[in-house]
Amino acid sequence: MNWGVENLRVTYGSTVALDGVDLDIPPGEVTAVVGGDGAGKSTLLRVLAGVPIAYSGVVRRPDATRLGYVPTTSGSFRDLTVAENLQFVAQAHRLTDGPGRAEPLLKRTGLTPFANRLAGNLSGGMRRKLGVVMAMLHQPDLLVLDEPTTGIDPVSRSEVWRLLALAAARGAAVVVSSAYLDEAERAASVLVLHRGRMLVTGPPAEVVASMPGAVVETARPSDRSRAWRRGRIWREWRPEGAADAVTPDLEDVVIVASLAAGER
Amino acid sequence: MILKELRQLRRDRRTLAMLIVLPVLLLTVFGYAARFDIAEIPTAVLGPGAELVAGQLEAPFDVVHIDTTGDAETARNLLRDSEAVIAVVAGPSPTIYIDGTQLFSAQSALRRAAALPEGVEVEILFNPELSTAAVMVPALIGLVLTAIGTIITSLGVVRERQEGTLEQLAVMPLRPSHVIIGKVAPYFLVGILDLIIITAAGLLLFDVPFRGSVPILILGSLLFLLVVLGMGVLISTVSRAQGEAIQLAMMTLLPQVLLSGMIFPLEAMPWGIRWIAYILPLTYYVVIVRGVFLKATPFGPLMWPLLALLLLAVVVLSLAIIRFRRDLAPAAPKQAAPSEPAKAAA
Repeated sequence: MNWGVENLRVTYGSTVALDGVDLDIPPGEVTAVVGGDGAGKSTLLRVLAGVPIAYSGVVRRPDATRLGYVPTTSGSFRDLTVAENLQFVAQAHRLTDGPGRAEPLLKRTGLTPFANRLAGNLSGGMRRKLGVVMAMLHQPDLLVLDEPTTGIDPVSRSEVWRLLALAAARGAAVVVSSAYLDEAERAASVLVLHRGRMLVTGPPAEVVASMPGAVVETARPSDRSRAWRRGRIWREWRPEGAADAVTPDLEDVVIVASLAAGER
Repeated sequence: MILKELRQLRRDRRTLAMLIVLPVLLLTVFGYAARFDIAEIPTAVLGPGAELVAGQLEAPFDVVHIDTTGDAETARNLLRDSEAVIAVVAGPSPTIYIDGTQLFSAQSALRRAAALPEGVEVEILFNPELSTAAVMVPALIGLVLTAIGTIITSLGVVRERQEGTLEQLAVMPLRPSHVIIGKVAPYFLVGILDLIIITAAGLLLFDVPFRGSVPILILGSLLFLLVVLGMGVLISTVSRAQGEAIQLAMMTLLPQVLLSGMIFPLEAMPWGIRWIAYILPLTYYVVIVRGVFLKATPFGPLMWPLLALLLLAVVVLSLAIIRFRRDLAPAAPKQAAPSEPAKAAA
């Protein structure tokens, strides 16, 4: 049985944060949740992690001892050193070989020289990596990471993704939300959320292939409401298809799915 | 810029409430409660002619106890146990005993005693020099513990919430009770350490006498600490940011300073305001700490303030734990609401 959610609905007062969301998170794979601001990514991941939020639907997650979670705020305690943060996690999970487990993870993330530095004095990227290491220390069955790469440099982003790949290779089910669609393409499957609802789901290649219509590159879009900037030129969605279509990527597909949802 | 500030202020309802409610609160409290003129002085009249003397006493003396068989010893005990502030022992050599820990009542009684005929002896007990420090320092211990317990504890918990680490704790394999105890216990220990330091400083720097029982002081202080720590946790559960927590903590601190009897005597407050004093923990702690330091009051008369603190501790801590657990208890599905399942575009 995979971890995940079925027909998940979360409301905050009269605001529907998630509605009818299904997600399967198979072990040994990285599943990405993408979407714009307010799409419901964080709410979905928080429910999956077990943060106290009222919801309806089915949530399948392991118990707290087999789950690792990185909140958007990185999850480390700023007044503790890197080593003390890891020690706290090891003690909470009753790990007898905490330092032994932490050492290779610290080495892999380049945090070894900073073991005695306060988490609050780390750079944003280093603090994110520390959060991921803390969540991975007990080798959880389900690893939930809420935008672990937001606001950090490309090198650190790459290192975080290598850690996620490592966790998946060890058999963990990894679910990660991201605002960066290029990195979501590295995931085995993708769920695109828009205003709390599922837009598209499946492996990145299938998601790209399923895009309705076509995307063209143009210097002067014919319909600005269906166009977006990509570097110095425009890309435009043509629902009816186009002879001069370019090969879309995940970013195009997410934008098109949002536009299509808006037009329905 | 002014418009921006007004818009922001309009949406910051807590600050707005402080700006509007606080001046009204201060005016009401200062107007009605902050009075040094004593309207009533609880008075005991003892000795063979007690009934006759009691009939001659006029306001502000409020006769609360008449005992024709009572003597000087009875008078001392009544004042020690805070049953009365003045005790008149009538007889061949009439004596008026005044409780020196009740500064304003004592001064008021002394002024009136000056008009009495010669031959009436006046004795001030427990604080013969009517020293302000002797009365204020023990009460200040309570104030400092309140500040530490309420403000620092609430900030500690709110910081976890602000930085998202409270969520982290909620999903870790830790029981909510362990998280709550783990968060509060260090502040409890710091509070005890502060109690020792402030008490020692009060005794050494201000020559405040300590005449009573250490175990009673410890018991009262521990109960009081539990109440103020509970208030701190409770404040943290309704505050989103540290600034909000400080605002709320200050709003609980101010009435305690003004209404607990620490500065202004409760007897001078009208009942419309005085009832508030009896739901404030500092009111009871001030009675205990002054009784223990200055009057060597035994356990019996202090049982009621101790019980009141115990009751407040149970109520405040229960509320705090219930609210804090809501942040930590594992997520559970609520009754499924009818909804259309979303259809994927692909």
